[in-house]
Amino acid sequence: MTLGSGGGGNVMVVSEEHGPFDTKHMRINVGPQHPSTHGVLRLVVDLDGERIVHIVPHIGYLHTGFEKTMEHRTYQQCVTYSNRMDYLHGFGHDLAYVEGVERLMDAQVPIRAHRVRVILNELNRIASHLVFFGTGILDMGALTLFFYTMREREQILDLFEQVCGVRMNYGYFRVGGLYRDIPEGFEERVRAFVDGFPKMMDQYATMFMKNDIFVSRTKGVGLIDAETALAYGLTGPSLRASGVPLDFRKAQPYARYDDYDFDVVTSDAGDAFARFEVRFREMRESLRIVEQALDMLEPGPVQDPDRRISLPPRHELEESMEAVIFHFKLVTEGFHPPSGAVYVPTESARGELGYYLVSDGGSMPYRVKVRVPSLINLQSLEPACKGGLFADMVVNIASLDPVLGDVDK
Amino acid sequence: MDPLGVTFLKALALCTVLLGAFAYMTLIERRLLGRMQHRYGPNRLGPFGLLQPIADAIKSVFKEDIVVSAADRFVYVLAPMISITFALAAFGAIPGGPAGSLFGFDPWIVDLDIGLLYVLAVTSIGVYGIFLGGWASNSKYPLLGSLRSSAQIISYELGLGLSVLSVIMIAGTLNLRAIVELNVWSVSPWLWPPLAVAFGAFVISAIAEVNRTPFDLPEAEQEIVAGYLTEYSSIKWALYQMAEYVNMMTASAFISTLFLGGYKGPTVLEPWIPGISDWPIVWLVAKMALFMFLFIWLRATLPRLRYDQLMRFGWVYLFEVALAAALVTGAVIAFVL
Repeated sequence: MTLGSGGGGNVMVVSEEHGPFDTKHMRINVGPQHPSTHGVLRLVVDLDGERIVHIVPHIGYLHTGFEKTMEHRTYQQCVTYSNRMDYLHGFGHDLAYVEGVERLMDAQVPIRAHRVRVILNELNRIASHLVFFGTGILDMGALTLFFYTMREREQILDLFEQVCGVRMNYGYFRVGGLYRDIPEGFEERVRAFVDGFPKMMDQYATMFMKNDIFVSRTKGVGLIDAETALAYGLTGPSLRASGVPLDFRKAQPYARYDDYDFDVVTSDAGDAFARFEVRFREMRESLRIVEQALDMLEPGPVQDPDRRISLPPRHELEESMEAVIFHFKLVTEGFHPPSGAVYVPTESARGELGYYLVSDGGSMPYRVKVRVPSLINLQSLEPACKGGLFADMVVNIASLDPVLGDVDK
Repeated sequence: MDPLGVTFLKALALCTVLLGAFAYMTLIERRLLGRMQHRYGPNRLGPFGLLQPIADAIKSVFKEDIVVSAADRFVYVLAPMISITFALAAFGAIPGGPAGSLFGFDPWIVDLDIGLLYVLAVTSIGVYGIFLGGWASNSKYPLLGSLRSSAQIISYELGLGLSVLSVIMIAGTLNLRAIVELNVWSVSPWLWPPLAVAFGAFVISAIAEVNRTPFDLPEAEQEIVAGYLTEYSSIKWALYQMAEYVNMMTASAFISTLFLGGYKGPTVLEPWIPGISDWPIVWLVAKMALFMFLFIWLRATLPRLRYDQLMRFGWVYLFEVALAAALVTGAVIAFVL
């Protein structure tokens, strides 16, 4: 069909790839370079006026082949890949991965390592939610909150930097524990953050949760009822916003999450506002967990003493031949989990996250399949957007909180 | 009445000043937004970034001017010109001071008896620039943007028109200078409530008129990329930007003229500095600055409305409120005064 009569008189061939072409509707391509698709998400949208009649997400623009690469790395080396998928909640990915391998190996993780992992994971969850709020409201045209949430996220990243030297791709967790113990004074700094953060949250609340325009832009928008949500495999805060109290920290506790007293935040509304609200209230629960974990934090080792998993300390190498052998074996080929398969579902900031690992007894995983929440949550975009307005689409994308690194992996 | 040559020179000067003000408004806006957002804003070029607008101007002139091959070329080129021409033209009717106060000349370009209608009409024509630009680009995002701007204009124009009705009824004239000289607030305290309501409705409509947050739907960046601006580049894009800022200034000046005594200064200062309230330009600029700051402040604070919400807001609230204000004003004039 021809589009336009002026100027060059171009002829545009419209592909029928997305179903028969309907001249009543306008087919518009959104992304992969678009200001608010949260990365390289591409959507093909059929519009009737500004009403969405059909929407097809296209993914794969950020495909990096992490799963396949991990099959060619030793189990310990894989930790450098897991956190790169969901770059906003890297500790969640690291945790999901090491939990899987540890269960495969039956490793004995020291309790201090568990506590530190939970502290970092929950702080990372808050940091991830902060990006969610900032970008979410940015998609509605309000610029300032983004800078405010980034300010607080910066504090969290500073904490991470003190722990592992980097702000993004942590690689701090090890199978059997941690790379090293937390630095001195870290607990106090976390406590200072935990004490100061609720005040900032009140500021956010006045800036957007109570903002009439924000409420009218999100209330009743992108409705996903519990049944649809479950049918589409939606998990995480977005599912809890539809009234299903599924939280793997409670449902299948890992990393000793059963030691902590926290609530699973739910809402029955199932709209975009509920998805924002659930995450907002969840940050308070995360703070509660961090506080409790700090209280329970006791001195002790942070690495499984089993020499088949953990490197021997430096001084042992000078005294014990055996330690040198273990060291050599671990460094050159890594450890060998018994053959078998494992899947540990964990609760990332976005939903159910689990590593399906198959071991053939070798030092590298035979198969790695990651159940990433962003990819599966993104399916719910269609029921959320259909029949809604084009402007609501960006709100829906934001409220489902996809990370494209996590989607395409 | 000045001779024609002087009027021409004044028009030239006004255009230069407005465009210069546009350039520095972008700087002020970016610096203010930076302030409000825990960052600095442009501060590298010259002291306080004062040379930044010049660099931006040079940049936008030398950028490649891309004309979409499928565009309706004539309209595509014409549209930004319409926007800027009518944006500049609207300002000419706004009085900047009492007659003969600017070095013996009148501080306005033209003194129309229907000045108020003129400004309303000419600023409305500016929307054609947006609408035609979006349509002529022959691209989908601009089309959505231009449709939105037409949906927007029918929503707020009514509120805009009705809210000035109170002022017209009180002043009994459409001459902007006469309205300023009268000062609508001084007529009777009975008129204050409806005037205050009309003032609020007018400010909100004016924000919609100049496409600023929370009513910046035609170029809603996060939804439709840049709306009607998507396919424009280089100087054509800059013309649209100029038009937007000049429109902001016109709207600020118009609000000040109608509701805040325009070029008149506060008379309380007279005992100390005699004649201060009659200084030309100064007071108008000061009042405009107030509204310009309001526009920037709103941009930093508020999210954007959805276009159906804007339409509902325009038709259900703005229209009704402005109408009520007009009716009450009429009733007060008829029965109380």
